[in-house]
Order: sequence, then C-alpha cells, then structure tokens
Amino acid sequence: MLRRPFFWVMVAIVTAFVAAPLLGGIDTRESFLLAAVYMILALNLNLMIGYTGYVNFGSIVFFGFGGTLGLYAVTVWHWPLWAAAAGAAAAVSLLALLLGLGILRLRGAYFALATIGVVEATKAFVSNFDPFGGSTGMYLSFASYKPLGGAREALWIVYFAMIALLAASLLLSYAIKRSRFGLGLFAIREDEDAAMVLGVNAPLYKAIVYSVSAILPAMAGVLFFFKNGVIEPSQAFDLTLSIEAIVMLMLGGQGTVIGAALGAFLYEQFRGYLLTSSTFSSFHLVIAGALLLLIVLFAPGGLIGWAHQRWPGTRKVLE
Amino acid sequence: MLGVVASVINGLLLGAVYGLAAIGLTLIFGVLKIINLTHGAMIALGMFALYFLVSATGVSPYLALPLVLAGGFVLGVAIYWLAVHRVIGRAELMSLLATFAVNMMVVGLGTAVWSTSPYNVQINVPGVSLGRYTISGTSIVAAVLAILFSLALYLFMYYTRPGKAIRAVASNREAAELMGIPSYRVLSIAFGLGIAIAGVAGALIATMYPFTILSGGGYELKSFVATVLGGLGNPAGALLGGLLLGLIQGAVSPFVAVSWTPVIEFSLFVIILIAFPMGLFRVGKGR
Repeated sequence: MLRRPFFWVMVAIVTAFVAAPLLGGIDTRESFLLAAVYMILALNLNLMIGYTGYVNFGSIVFFGFGGTLGLYAVTVWHWPLWAAAAGAAAAVSLLALLLGLGILRLRGAYFALATIGVVEATKAFVSNFDPFGGSTGMYLSFASYKPLGGAREALWIVYFAMIALLAASLLLSYAIKRSRFGLGLFAIREDEDAAMVLGVNAPLYKAIVYSVSAILPAMAGVLFFFKNGVIEPSQAFDLTLSIEAIVMLMLGGQGTVIGAALGAFLYEQFRGYLLTSSTFSSFHLVIAGALLLLIVLFAPGGLIGWAHQRWPGTRKVLE
Repeated sequence: MLGVVASVINGLLLGAVYGLAAIGLTLIFGVLKIINLTHGAMIALGMFALYFLVSATGVSPYLALPLVLAGGFVLGVAIYWLAVHRVIGRAELMSLLATFAVNMMVVGLGTAVWSTSPYNVQINVPGVSLGRYTISGTSIVAAVLAILFSLALYLFMYYTRPGKAIRAVASNREAAELMGIPSYRVLSIAFGLGIAIAGVAGALIATMYPFTILSGGGYELKSFVATVLGGLGNPAGALLGGLLLGLIQGAVSPFVAVSWTPVIEFSLFVIILIAFPMGLFRVGKGR
C-alpha cells in the first residue's frame, strides 16, 4: 500500500486537516470540522452508492441514531465519550446488518424508497421515545466535558478525533476498493444477477457493506452531537442532509475515494459561502439545486470523472 | 364509540385526498419508471396556486381547480423536457437526483418569495354533525372531488387515444414505438398528468388545512406510503392505499397520541415493502 501514490494523497489530506486549525485558529477549525463530518458521511455513503450501486437515501439514520445512542450513554449511564462512541457504532452497525438482510432484498427504486421509510420511522420513534428525550431531544450538562479537561479542551479533542475518523474512512474506502470484497461489490453494481452466477454471495455482500458503511458515521454522530451539547431528532435525522451527501458524491464523482472526499469538502465551502453571502443566502437551495441538475444532466461522473476522462493519467493517482 | 366512528370517517375522507396525490406519483412511476421527487414541491405549488387564484379573482376555490390542473400539466411537461428527458433509461440515481434538484429549486424559490409562514384559503362549507362531533364540510367536498378526479383519470386512461397510448407505453415502450406511438411525447404527457394531479391534490388539501411551502414534503411521504401499500405503478391501488392510510390514521388516533402515527405508518411502509413489494393487492417480487 505504501508504494501506491494514492496512499500519500490520503496522508496529505489528513495532514492538511490536522495543520489547518493549528495555523488558522478557531474559525477554520469549525469550518473544517463540518467539512470532515460531510466527508465522513460522503465517503461511507460512497460504499453503497458508488461501489455497490444501491441508492441509500437514508444514510443520515446512522449518523443520527449513533448520536442519539451515544449521547444517551454519556448522559444517563455516564460512559466516557470513547466507550459511548464505540458502543453506539457497534449497536448501529449490528442493527444495520439485521435491517440490511431485509431491505437489501429490494432493488433499485424499491430499495431507495425503503431507506426513506427507515429514516422517517426512526425519526418518528426517537421523537416519541421518552428515554431519548422525546421531540426536544437530550442536553449535555457542562459536567460531561470535565473528563476531557473542560469545554475548551473538549472541542479540540473532538476535532482531532473527528480527523481520525476521517482518516479511517479514507483508509476503509481505499482498502475495500482494493480488496476481493470490493471487486464483488463492483460486480454487483454492474450486474447483480451475473455476479451471483459467478459466485458472489450478493445478499451477504450487500448486507455487510450496508452495515460497514454505518460504523464510522455513527461514531461521527456521537462526536458531532457531543460537541454541540444537544441532540434534537428533527436535526439528527434530517433527510435533507442525507440527500446533500448524495449531492456531494455526485459533485466529486461517485465510485472514487478522492471524488467523495473532494465533493464533500467543496460542497461545505460552497454552502458556507452561499449562506453567508448577502445576495445568495436566501437562494442557496436554488443554486445548489441548479448545480445538482447540471451535474446530473451533463457531467454524471462529477469532477473526478471529468478529470479521468480528460487526463487518463490521473486514474492512477486519484483513485 | 361515536368518537371512533367520527375519527375513522375523517381519516377516510382525508385518505381519499392522499390517494389522489399518490395516483400522481404512481402514474409517473408506472409510465416513466422513475420516482418523482418533485412530488412534494408540486403539491405545495398546487396549494399556492389555489391561494393566489382565489385571492386574485375571488372565485370559489372549487371553480379554480381546473385552472390548477391545467397549470400543473403545463408545468409538468416543461419539467419533463428540462430535467427528466435526458435521464430516461439511465441509472435510478440519476432520475432521483434530477427530480430532487428541481424540488430543491422550487422549494428554495418558494421559501425566498413566500417565506415559510402559513397561508390559508378562506372557504365556508357547512359541516355534518354526528352527535358531539362534526365532520367538516371541506373534508367531505375534498374527498368527493378527489374520487371524481380519480374517476375522470380512469375514463381518460381507458377511453381516449392519448390515455391508451400512455398505457401502451407503460406496458412496453419499444412495442408502442413500433406501433407508431411517439413515446417521448407520451412520456411528457404522462409526467405532466402526474404533476397536474399532485397539484390538484395539493389544492384540495389547501381547502382543508393551512399550509406553507414546506408542507409538500410531509404529503410526499404520505403519498409514498400510499403508493407502496397499493403497489408502485398501480393507480387503483394507490387510491386504495390512500384510503387505507387514512383509515389507519383515523382508527389509531383516538387510542394513541397523534405523534405515534408516523411510527406506525413508516414501520408498516418498510415491512410492506419487504414482504409485499408489489403492494397489498398483487403478488410478486420487487425488482
């Protein structure tokens, strides 16, 4: 792996994320934290959409439910943050495995609809379930930040933990892409029936990748909502963010690791610019929508797909 | 007991309107094989179209419905040629995203222009009282009109040439093309019809409840549930699915807090998708 140029591209990305806030200060840290969250979501969603060809509209459910479970563990059981993140990720990915064995029997549009149903059902359940705080959600008390050395230090620790998750997401995406398992997923994407005839255990592969794509977003959810100090169901299970993650993938180029990361990063910067600019702030949805439509109609490969076509040599470096 | 009856009747009346909205969604899926994610935005536009028609001209809201239908059709055909035509026959992701992009633009513009504060259409229809309970007149009229619109669509699909062409394209586009049917034009007509129906359903909802530009989203999800209950691409099933959804809502609400209904609805939705992907009224596998 060390001899592959793309490995060093990933190292460069992570280094940039570590260095940026140290040089740029707190504003840069907040912007890069959000970018890292988006990148984690997009990279893991890419495992489903880009690698396996299954449109998961509900990837946000991993993030939101992970956050809900994690904050519950922190506030009610007083677990340390690390244990809460690990526990939430394990629980969410186990649930995803069980759910995946069911809903992944569906294909195409049917699967896409089912994933929307999963988000809405989970959101409605969490909004009504009193131990999770109902529709107002849960709040962290100030004391929860004590074990990390106070609120100010906690913010930095959460940032670097998030970067670690980003690094893990990049590595996971790349490792799967290079593996026999990944080859099986690509075969399912191209032609599921043919893949099964050739000996790919498609139902199991799909359920595994669905479950694996839940782990890191669930941890990111715990960290993100821990940092916010509050979790509300309407915000944690926001279907729009789920679909924005798909926009990020399309922008960068689905199916490639660097495309997912780049798309998410650019989308975050672009969104921040639109939201703060005085002319565009009320039209940011319109502009994002128009951008998405143009990509879908005229450049379905995204930025990286376009670059690969224009300069075939980049395929070796930007995987 | 009377309360339960009243609640069930209310649910069924509302269910007829859900059913009409779901017909718009399922028609587009049946013919174009795409899931129309502009559905919610079009429902919302129907609401606002009714509001502005009524407040500008002062006509009765019910007389403005044909205009909403016509406007929705024109808008739908335009959206087809702008955004959908190029993604026909490509991967699902592309058509989902193309229609969602239009949805984002409409909702974004609507939010900027009309903000997200609620609007409502002034309307007076005497209700029917049932002991201590009243069934509101607007619900009854809306349900009757929804059924009439569904019936009209049925007649159109089975007894007119364009309707027959739409059904031919839905069952086999290549064969229809070989018989001399201009299939892309038929696709655009079907898309326009689906949008027009969504708009009318939105307008009917606007006669009953206050609304914002964001209201469409919730009704879009209801339409999904109704569509899946009836089987994707099956208009009669969608209407039955809508009625069933309304029935569930009405039968559950006297016993369980209203906020739990979505949990039941969406769990049912996922379970039905897994167990009966072709809907409750047909058998087969979801492929």
